Order: sequence, then C-alpha cells, then structure tokens
Amino acid sequence: MPTSPKLSAPLEQGGAPTTPAFADVTASDSTLRRFLHGLPGVDAVGLEARAASLGTRSIKTTAKAYAIDLAISMIDLTTLEGADTPGKVRALAAKAVHPDPTDRTTPRTAAVCVYPDMVATAKAALAGTDVKVASVATAFPAGRAALDVKLADTRDAVAAGADEIDMVIDRGAFLAGDYLKVYEEIRAVKEASGAARLKVIFETGELSTYDNIRRASWLGMIAGADFIKTSTGKVSVNATPANTLLMLEAVRDFRAQTGVQVGVKPAGGIRTTKDAIKFLVLVNETVGEDWLDNHWFRFGASSLLNDLLMQRQKLATGRYSGPDYVTVD
Amino acid sequence: MTKFEYAPAPESRSVVDIAPSYGLFIDGEFTEAADGKVFKTVSPASEEVLSEVAQAGAEDVDRAVQAARKAFEKWSALPGAERAKYLFRIARIIQERSRELAVLETLDNGKPIKETRDADLPLVAAHFFYYAGWADKLDHAGFGRRTTEGHSGANPRPLGVAGQVIPWNFPLLMLAWKIAPALATGNTVVLKPAETTPLSALFFADICRQAGLPKGVVNILPGYGDAGAALVEHGGVNKVAFTGSTAVGKAIARQVAGTRKKLTLELGGKGANIVFDDAPIDQAVEGIVTGIFFNQGQVCCAGSRLLVQESIQDELLDALKRRLSTLRLGDPLDKNTDIGAINSAEQLARIKALAETGEAEGAERWSPACELPSSGYWFAPTLFTNVTQAHTIARDEIFGPVLSVLTFRTPDEAVAKANNSQYGLSAGIWTEKGSRILAVANKLRAGVVWANTFNKFDPTSPFGGYKESGFGREGGRHGLEAYLDV
Amino acid sequence: MSDRLSVLKTYKLYVGGKFPRSESGRVYEVTDSKGKWLANAPLSSRKDARDAVVAARKAFGGWSGATAYNRGQILYRVAEMLEGRKDQFVREVADAEGLSRAKAAVVVEAAIDRWVWYAGWTDKIAQVVGGANPVAGPFFNLSTPEPTGVVAIVAPRESSFLGLVSVVAPVIATGNTAVVIASEKAPLPALSLGEVLATSDLPGGVVNVLSGKAAEIAAPLAAHQDVNAIDLTGADQELARELEIAAADNLKRVLRPQAVDGEDFTADPGTHRLTAFLETKTVWHPTGSLGASGSAY
Repeated sequence: MPTSPKLSAPLEQGGAPTTPAFADVTASDSTLRRFLHGLPGVDAVGLEARAASLGTRSIKTTAKAYAIDLAISMIDLTTLEGADTPGKVRALAAKAVHPDPTDRTTPRTAAVCVYPDMVATAKAALAGTDVKVASVATAFPAGRAALDVKLADTRDAVAAGADEIDMVIDRGAFLAGDYLKVYEEIRAVKEASGAARLKVIFETGELSTYDNIRRASWLGMIAGADFIKTSTGKVSVNATPANTLLMLEAVRDFRAQTGVQVGVKPAGGIRTTKDAIKFLVLVNETVGEDWLDNHWFRFGASSLLNDLLMQRQKLATGRYSGPDYVTVD
Repeated sequence: MTKFEYAPAPESRSVVDIAPSYGLFIDGEFTEAADGKVFKTVSPASEEVLSEVAQAGAEDVDRAVQAARKAFEKWSALPGAERAKYLFRIARIIQERSRELAVLETLDNGKPIKETRDADLPLVAAHFFYYAGWADKLDHAGFGRRTTEGHSGANPRPLGVAGQVIPWNFPLLMLAWKIAPALATGNTVVLKPAETTPLSALFFADICRQAGLPKGVVNILPGYGDAGAALVEHGGVNKVAFTGSTAVGKAIARQVAGTRKKLTLELGGKGANIVFDDAPIDQAVEGIVTGIFFNQGQVCCAGSRLLVQESIQDELLDALKRRLSTLRLGDPLDKNTDIGAINSAEQLARIKALAETGEAEGAERWSPACELPSSGYWFAPTLFTNVTQAHTIARDEIFGPVLSVLTFRTPDEAVAKANNSQYGLSAGIWTEKGSRILAVANKLRAGVVWANTFNKFDPTSPFGGYKESGFGREGGRHGLEAYLDV
Repeated sequence: MSDRLSVLKTYKLYVGGKFPRSESGRVYEVTDSKGKWLANAPLSSRKDARDAVVAARKAFGGWSGATAYNRGQILYRVAEMLEGRKDQFVREVADAEGLSRAKAAVVVEAAIDRWVWYAGWTDKIAQVVGGANPVAGPFFNLSTPEPTGVVAIVAPRESSFLGLVSVVAPVIATGNTAVVIASEKAPLPALSLGEVLATSDLPGGVVNVLSGKAAEIAAPLAAHQDVNAIDLTGADQELARELEIAAADNLKRVLRPQAVDGEDFTADPGTHRLTAFLETKTVWHPTGSLGASGSAY
C-alpha cells in the first residue's frame, strides 16, 4: 500500500491505460524510481511463511470439485517449443476445447498460448469457440531485441488474430535501474496490442528479490498491463506461491488505490492439482472472489491439465485414474 | 455463500482413543486419588465431557514427591549419556504419536488442529530432542564449577525434585518446557497440569512408560490450585517452576520465601507490537494477526497492544480489518480453522468482562462478521481502537483474541509506551531499518523481542520475562540453569 | 550349520551418495589380524579423491544450510540405523581389530553412542562458542560459528570404527562435509558405515568414504585447492608433516594427530574436534543511541 501519490481515479474494470493518473510518477526516471522504491518493503521470511500457511488449507469434496473445474477454466494451455508444428498446435487447440473426451461437461481452458507464427493455426483450430488465443511476443523469452523488432513481433501476433499478448519485460533494463525504459516499452507494446489484452511477464526468477517483484508489478500496472505474469517457464525458478502471493497483493493494492483491476498469471512449474489449488486458495484469501474467474486469473501450464483431469475423474468415479485415461498431446 | 466455499475438512477423531477415566500417574503407575475425588474434563468447543480424571489432593502430592525423591538417587547418578538416550526416546515417540497427540490436544484445549499439528507438537518433540543432547554435556554449558557452601570443584549438579505447575494454553508444550530440562539435568519431576487440560500430560505418562523411563522419575498429578499449592509447599521439593498468572506467581513467591527452593516463574504479559511507518506492511499485518490471534490470544507473550505510528494508522487498520475478515472461526478439528474455542467458561467470562470494560471506557470496538457456534466457548476476534495508556484494556492482560490499538509519533514515544507496563515478557518491532530494530530492542524492557516476526519459539532460544512477567529462562543453554545447583 | 555357501559382499567406495568401484579398477586384499583374507577393498586413486571432493563441495551448501536441528535429527538417525545393524559391525570390528565378540560389541556400542553425543551438539555448539560481544560503541556485535567447508580426514589406523566415527561425526555435526580415508589395513567397517549413512537421511556427498593407501590418497587431498581443512589423526608423523606442508598452500585448517601412541577414543571426546573445523563470524550493526535530538532510530 504505497503512501504516495494518493489517487482518485475513476473505478474502472478492465485494464485501461492509467497514465494520466500516474503522470507525476512517470515524468522522469528519478520520479519513477522514487515511487517504486517508496513502496513498502517485503520481508521474505514473512511472505514465504504466509504463502506456506495458506498452502496448508485442506480443500476437499465439493470445494475440490469447484476448484478443479475453475483451475481447468483458467489454464492458458501452452506450447512454446522450437519444435512446434501446426499439427501440435491443432492437437493442443482440440484439447483446450474438449479437455476430457470422455466427459463433455469438462470446462474448456481459457486460452491456448503459442508463438506468434502459430497464432493463425491456433485461431483457425479454435474458430467458433470461446477459447482465446494468446501469443507470446517481444522476442520471448529473453526479450533481447530492439524495440521495433518487439513491436513488429507484437503486431504480427495481433494481425494473425491473437486475443492476448504475453510480453516479456526487459529485465536487463530493470536490473540496471532504467525503469523508465521498461515502462515506455510496456506502453509501446500495449499500444501495439490494440484490443488484445496484455500480459506482462516479469521473469521473477531473474528479478530475484521480492522487492523487485513488487516494484515490477507496480511498474507494469502503471504502464497499462491487463495481467501481470510471473515467468516465461524458461528459467529455473518460475511461479511460486510466494511470488504469486506478492503479485496478488500488488493487484489488490492497485485496485484499492486506482479502481483498476488487473489480472494475475503464475506460469511455469505448476504441474499438479494440489499446486493449482494452493494458488486458488491464495487468490481466494488475498484478493477474494472478484479474481476467481478466468478473466482475472490464469495458469500458464501444460502438464497441469492432465493432472486436473485425472483428479476430476477420481472425484467422479471414486477410483484413482491413470495417464492412460487422459489424452497425450 | 462465497464462490469458493471450503468444504468441512475435519481431522479424524479416531486417531486418538480417550479412556472414560484416568488416574494420577505416580511412581510409574496410574492410581486413584487418595480421597477418591475425580473431575471431568470437557471439550471447550462442544462442552462434551471427554473423560473423568482423578483429582490429586495433598496426600497424593506427598506420595508423588516421595516417589520422585526415591527415583532421584538413581536417576541423578545415571551417566548423562544414558539420561540423554531416555529423552531421545521420548522425543522420537512424541514424533511418532504426534498426530494422535495433536488431535487430543485440540479436543481438550479447543485450539485449532492447524496449530497443534504445525506448532505445538513439532515444538514439543524438538524440545525433548534438544534437552536430550544436553544431558551428557552439562560440563560444557558454561556454568563453571560449583563453589558455594565451601564445595569447590564439583561439576554442576541437579537440584533434586522439581515441582512443576503448568497452564492450559499450551498443555503439552509447557510440559515439555518443564520436564525436558529437568530430566536432562538429572532432576525428577512432579508435574501438575491445569484442571481444564489434563489429558495430554496423562498421555505423556504413557509415553514415559513406552520409553522405559524408570518409575518415579516423572509423576503427573492432575488437579486444581490446591494440589499446586500443596506441591509448591511440600518440603521434599527442591525446585518450583510455574507458568501461569502473575497473581498466582506472586502467591508462590511468597510461599517459597524463606525456603531453599529454587524458583522460576513465567507469568503474564501485555506485549507491545510496534509498527513503524517503514514496516513491511503485508508481513506486519500477518505478524499482528499471529501476535494476538494465535491460540485465540491465550498466550502470555501475545502482542496484545498494537503500537502503530500515527502516520500509517488508517492504512494499517484497513489492511488489518480486511485480513481479520478472512479468519475462519469454528470447529477446532477442521484443518481450515484459524480461530478455535476459548479454553473454558471462566476464561470466556473474563475476556467478555474486559472487552465490556474497554467499551465502557470509551474505546471503539470492532469485530469481523463472524458466526459463533451455538455450544462451546467462543469469542470473535476483536479489535479496539482509540485506546490510550489509561484504558484498562491497555494495561491488564486479557488473555484472549482482543487487540488494543494505540498510536505513537516517534520511536522514543513508542519505547516509552511499550515499557509503560507492569509486565515485560515480549515485544515486536516492525521496520525495514536495521539500526532502528536494534536500538529499539535495546531499550525495550522485555525478555523476548521479535523483529519483523512474532510468536516464534525454538528450543534453543531462551524465553522468559522482565518485571512482573516473572524470572528465569526456559529454553536454550540458559534454560539449564534453573535446574542446576549453580 | 548348513552347507550353504555364503554370499560374499563386494565392498565399494561411498562417494556422492553412490557406491562406485574405484575409478582405477584396482582392489587390494584386506585380511583379519591373523592374516586371513576377508575381502577385497577398492584401492582408491587420485581421481577417486578428486571425485570425492567434488561431491563433498556440492553437498556443502545444502548441508551447512540445513538447520542445526535437522542435522541433529539425521545424526541421531545414523545411531538408530547402526543399532539395527550392530551384529554386522561387531563382526567386522572383531575381524578388523582382532577383538573378541564381546569386546567388539563394546566398541560398536560406544561408536553408536558417539553419534548420539554429536547429534546433541549440532544445535548447542553455537551457544557454547558464540555469543554477543559487548563492544564499546553503539553497535550490536554477535559472533557465531560457521563450518569451514570440505574437510579431508585421514581416519585412525587402528580404531577402525570407534575411531572412525569419532573423527567423522564432529566434522559433519557442525555442517562441514567430509572426504574420509578409511584405515588402510581395516577399511571394511568404514565402507559398511557408508551403507548406513546412505540410508540415514544424510544427503549424498556429506560423507565420502575412500579406501586404499592413505599416503597415496591423502597427498592430493592435502594439496587440493578446494579442500578447506584436513584432519591428520590417522597419519604417521612423517606423513603428517608432509601433508601439513602441502596443506599450507591454501592455508587449510589442520588438526594434527595426537602423540605417537595415538588417541584414546573411549575417553570423553570433549569439543575440540567440533571447534577445529569452525570459523567464527562476527557481525557488527549500528544500533544508534537514545536521545530525542539526533536520535537515529
């Protein structure tokens, strides 16, 4: 809860550029730095203890059934490999629409997440469904390219029909203290994204400290992020309960201050139903039910879906399922 | 109905088998009280009678002390390494039976299973494990060689029979804090658990049997204050250790006056939790919650006075209230319960009375929307604002889930207010500035100071109070001193 | 007594939590005190020593970072596991040291108790050798012991098991990791100890056991730049001197052997083996001073 500046922006739903409200903050590198460094500190031990403590919630029976379906509906089903082919992407799209071929009541995933050159394929495969196509962009995952290349990458994806853009921030610039550069880049990508919702990936594993993650969260939100996202899934530390809790606190405080609601997407490393439910508990007890919806919370994951499906089958039949009873994609 | 409603997740009660009645544990045997008296122990969450327990009287105290005296000779003569191995056994058996003991403690005390499972029981086992290791290392504990009474050169020796009286807020943990160092140093023990929570101590008696502990080394006497007084009074007791209220502590101090009994007292508190404007706010909120709502605030070192810097009062209180609204009060056996039952009708009445005094004296009372169960003893998490040093609720220990919020302007004022208390057990400091932590900690007259955390315990860390919070330390190397003739 | 032909054990090294044969492929004959063949033991090479150091270094971060309580639990677990395999060690120690079963049993029991002794030290040594220092200034000043790092140990030559445990347990109790050269003539109890350690929740690499010629293995360890300390208990005078000279290259901490007749491992071990491989870290932090004007806190 930053103490300055106090704002009274109109209550808005759906990330809208908020530059006017933060005009003072983003006026220069030094004002931006002062603002970000004026955010309350994060005590790592306390943060991790809180995340761990919420991780002990016991979610059973009806609550588990609700959580599993909710988690499935929040997945950005992802394939981001050099070896991606149209066939692979179509298979993934089919899985997103009918995650469990034996049970048509299974919710669809929120989106399919692919590289820009696969957007058109994904879009075609998902035509007529409400499953979104998300595309990583901005020289994902390292983000080491010139701004115009990143913007071209973004426009490419949007032109191919991407509903959502998952951009990466310039971690080098962030760690070097060039906050304004990071800010302006997000602004530019936001503009290039047009109507597509923008998820801003911080690569929390590279930002390393919780103070940095809180600063990056505010920086991203001020710059107009619709979602803040932990990771690319391409480094060793990805989404953790603690860094996601911290980002949830940031979106909570940001809404309290500006009225603007921003989504959160932990990505990478969430593989089991148990993990996913822990994250949903974090959402429930930190920001509450306004975020318990795939418009505001997503999981960036791939193998998670099959585990959720097996648990879902277990709840329905009482028997433990096995990998032969879900699809391999 | 919220979107994500947690279904009940009760811990299975069947992991613990509570007998319809229990005796006193004297000289390795369960026996009835000499006068045949019994009392009932109830579950504070439901008022259900859990068991009927023999009630110790003066005659039983005498028998137990005799047994302990007899056992002392051999026990204190055992090589330290052998005593160590008994204690290690006890530690391991507690670890093995921790789920059973956690459920038992939750039933008898009313505290949430989350706490007995994740805090009480792991600490109990760790405490025995820690003091087990000291038993053969007393010469290295730094107490030097005994030089009083003309004896010089002898290594530290045990005192004899320890009479120990413990409270109901952490029944098994307080037992561990008392028994583990006593046995490690070669003393034998007569322990009286609180009348509302006798069961875990009786289960501990069974653990002593499983561990093959020699008869009479540990004696457990469930009973009321009269039994405690008789124990303190008994001429065969060499050491008195008491944890409980300051009023009783003072009475005990008077009782042992003029005797050669060594005394340690761990009494009440009114801990100040000081939040500066540069605190890590989200963690401070968690620390405030832990500080006063852990174990329903029935904690002597609770952070029951929140001292918040006036400049951040509003935002801190908003955040705190929002957080309190997520606390889950209810069935202590439910794994998702944060706030359990108050231990007894008597304690509940005291909390209610003090809360009413708070209102009557003009403090502003707030509680989150919170439905209390129809049976059992319950009190909603409560916060009082506009509290000043002059309010009763800023001075008296409430021993319940009630937080008094006061403000300060400068660090000096925070320290002055924090120290303005008859008590001096614990304090908390929340700030990102290291030198402020250390400077404030330096000035606080309290036995335990937590910086950017609260209510942390460890067997290696000494615990105890300044001023009327008592004297003597439990835990760590320091905790040995209370049980050694040094 | 049946006519059944017994199954003999192939003794292997214990390195990085695994049981490799010597990289050299060599073995040597181990006999009992009367010269009767017992088994072949791996004859470790310089490369085995090098691998063991790599394993010990890799394990150091996790082991030294584990809580003292956790290390104590694990050392106690070693005692529990040994208690269950006491018969095997009694037999091996009796063979190795030419003791009667009864005397060997006493030795093995003492070794088990020694693990218990050091299990208790893990979370106590800091309070015994560390503490707050009352410096004359507005500073908080605290000294705490920290493990030195990777410790090479030349285990006692004669006391193949009690002596071995007495030198290994204190090194790891404080959070160091160890490369141990077993008694050259009686390495079997040490190699079997590796099997116990592997099933006692001790992370792989915390203790690494090598068998072979002490002089041949110890030389590269003493000279190794990634070894922080060396315990010369099992080295004879001449070897000890050579190794100490080599150790000076990177200023290894050196624990010298006792006088010629060796150390009495049945005696109270005291704390010197714990403190030999500890560094003391002292932290200063300003506290500021009281006073309304100029108050820093």
